[in-house]
Amino acid sequence: MTETTETAGVTEHRAAPSRRRTPGTGGGAGTGPRHHGPRGRLLRRATPWLFLVAPLVLLVTFTYVPVGNMIYYSFTDWDGVSPDRNFTGVDNYVQIFTRPEIFRVFFVSFYYLAASVAQIVIALYFATVLSFDLRFRNLFKGILFFPYLINGVAIGFVFLYFFQDGGTLDSVLSWFGVENDHAWLGDPASANTSLAGVSVWRYTGLNFVLFLGAIQSVPGELYEAAQLDGATRWQQFRYIIAPSIRPVIGLSAILAISGSLSVFEIPYIMTTGATGTSTFVIQTVKFAFQFNKTGLASAAAVVLLLIILLVTWIQRRLVPDEKADLV
Amino acid sequence: MGKKTTLAGTFLTVAALTVTGCGGGGAASGETAEAPGDPAAASGTITVLTQRTDLVQSGAMDAYAAEFNKIYPKVKVEFEGLTDYEGEVKIRMNTEDYGDVLMIPASVSKNDYPKFFSPLGAADAMAKKYRFSDKTAVDGKVYGLAQFGTANGFVYNKALWRKAGVTEWPATPQEFLAGLEKVKAKTGAVPYYTNFKDGWPLVQWTANIGSVTCDNYATNKLAGAVSPWKEGGELRTVDTLLHDIVKGGLSEKDPSTTNWEASKAKIAKGEIGSMMLGSWSITQMRDAAEKAGADPADIGFMPFPAKDGSGKYCATLVSDYQQAVNAHSAHKEAARAWIDWFTEKSGYSAKEGAVPTIKSAPMPDTLQDFVDNDVTFVERSERDTGAVNDIDNAAEIGLNKQDYRQKLIDIARGAEKGSVEEYFAQLDKRWNEAAEASGS
Repeated sequence: MTETTETAGVTEHRAAPSRRRTPGTGGGAGTGPRHHGPRGRLLRRATPWLFLVAPLVLLVTFTYVPVGNMIYYSFTDWDGVSPDRNFTGVDNYVQIFTRPEIFRVFFVSFYYLAASVAQIVIALYFATVLSFDLRFRNLFKGILFFPYLINGVAIGFVFLYFFQDGGTLDSVLSWFGVENDHAWLGDPASANTSLAGVSVWRYTGLNFVLFLGAIQSVPGELYEAAQLDGATRWQQFRYIIAPSIRPVIGLSAILAISGSLSVFEIPYIMTTGATGTSTFVIQTVKFAFQFNKTGLASAAAVVLLLIILLVTWIQRRLVPDEKADLV
Repeated sequence: MGKKTTLAGTFLTVAALTVTGCGGGGAASGETAEAPGDPAAASGTITVLTQRTDLVQSGAMDAYAAEFNKIYPKVKVEFEGLTDYEGEVKIRMNTEDYGDVLMIPASVSKNDYPKFFSPLGAADAMAKKYRFSDKTAVDGKVYGLAQFGTANGFVYNKALWRKAGVTEWPATPQEFLAGLEKVKAKTGAVPYYTNFKDGWPLVQWTANIGSVTCDNYATNKLAGAVSPWKEGGELRTVDTLLHDIVKGGLSEKDPSTTNWEASKAKIAKGEIGSMMLGSWSITQMRDAAEKAGADPADIGFMPFPAKDGSGKYCATLVSDYQQAVNAHSAHKEAARAWIDWFTEKSGYSAKEGAVPTIKSAPMPDTLQDFVDNDVTFVERSERDTGAVNDIDNAAEIGLNKQDYRQKLIDIARGAEKGSVEEYFAQLDKRWNEAAEASGS
């Protein structure tokens, strides 16, 4: 329920300023240009921007323009096709906040939120265990990360067979003598639990890799010293690993929450939101493409964006991003 | 300082692009797309957008084009098969580039047809020759011609029903339910298959509006605050039957994981008793029967279990996609020539086992049972479809979407709280409120 692109984006932005160097001040002697005419200076000033042209154009075209359009649509009654659209002011927003059934679907997010807690715990456990020397360590790492590499649509279809009547899950259960007659995706509680389970299966690998990377950046001497002092594995985790990867855990928590609020593909592919599994994004898609209410759907998307920004902000205030300090 | 200017610059660019981005869809001319008088005179390359990617890939469409070229030698026809037809065309219609001939997507509202398509002729004249033409008629002009139509009813396995001791078509919903009971008790097959997971087959139930009361104007009557689910309303009859089937345990055990492709072979092999579908499905089911080694003749089609005053069954005829000419097309004559030829002379509808658009053409073999048993074909008027759809969308019910019936099934099998009466009342309320708000 988290996305790599977001993670990558965050780290990229943060890393960029430190790596940037003012041209001329850095670099060894003799590497810079020899003559300093006005043209040369202009060129030098423009150089970083020239390098940035391509990414900036892409960023603006594919991020800011669509977002701008979306915000504009959210104030209209556009149906998505018609050349006419009327400006309706905040009408769409009023609708969203006055219709309780629109917000009711957020309760479904709690299933995914609970699942993401499990997901982080599982990932943390395996990351810790596998960061120590273990037989078949790399094999297990591969196995754990593998689900994340599979396309979400394929996962949806696979698990549809898994949960179907007399499907994989039922037959596995029957080996253990559990004769099950339950339609897993058939009633709201078990359907949402099942879908959240699929989500855990899919995204644990991502969390696992993030944690593993962080854990491996901890200097080995610390473990050695701890072992000499007679620290148990649990104590090592509690006093060395956990504090040193706190920023990554915090990041995972943010991604988990925003991911839980915007779950889409797994429930959409597996149940299309039937039987009480509809999420806010599924509902938004239905507004736009089933009932031709592109304006209302855009407003819903803007609201979701704001909610996620708000949640992230609150979380950053509560758990500030401190530098992990071990020594 | 530098940071600020960049930011401001970004927003300016965004604003500029946003504004230019909304210019799409220029004014279209209202000139009629006439077929050329002299076939040899029509020329140009036309692009036909189609949802039948299978026929494009198999070369069947090119074969049609080759036939077409025998009459219109100078017209080159190119096909573009779109897998997600509705989604892709809807987006392309924000530009002027959406082929020369296209199927009218369901998302385009009827009142917008004149902005996107060229008129094909006067409504009165077209209605005499073609079925379903009033579905695309706006202000006395027709904008699209149906590729073909389908009759509506239940696909069923004749052998299975015979084995269960049901040889007569049920005449009332109660008889139908009793028939399903017998199928369940005597054969052990799944009497009715909902296709809940794939969802779209549930939409077929809506096509029965008109079958129940044999009323050609049944859909037009929904335009307004008319409580469609009130006692005696057609939608109530239809939805109650579906509800009772599920509630009585006469449908598959786990609806949440049904599989449309697999269901075809299952009905052919007698593992499923019946499904509510259009007559277009008969050929597919018979193909599946052949592949599964079952007898294609076992696939039968029966009308909705209701009779009119004179004791006859009725089956609504509903149109498939309508072909239209892009209002921005540079080769309207050629485009029109293709539509006319494809509808009238290509043999497409006969091959698909569908109801022909031309009124004078005979019914297909697949509907032989209906013809033999004097089933009345209700050619439903679609005059007010635009208004009905507007109410439907505003109410967010979706008569032609799966969601509200999925919820109905969930209520019937106890996965969702509430009673069916409450649900109907709620639907009525939403419908009426939307109708009043839209002022119709």
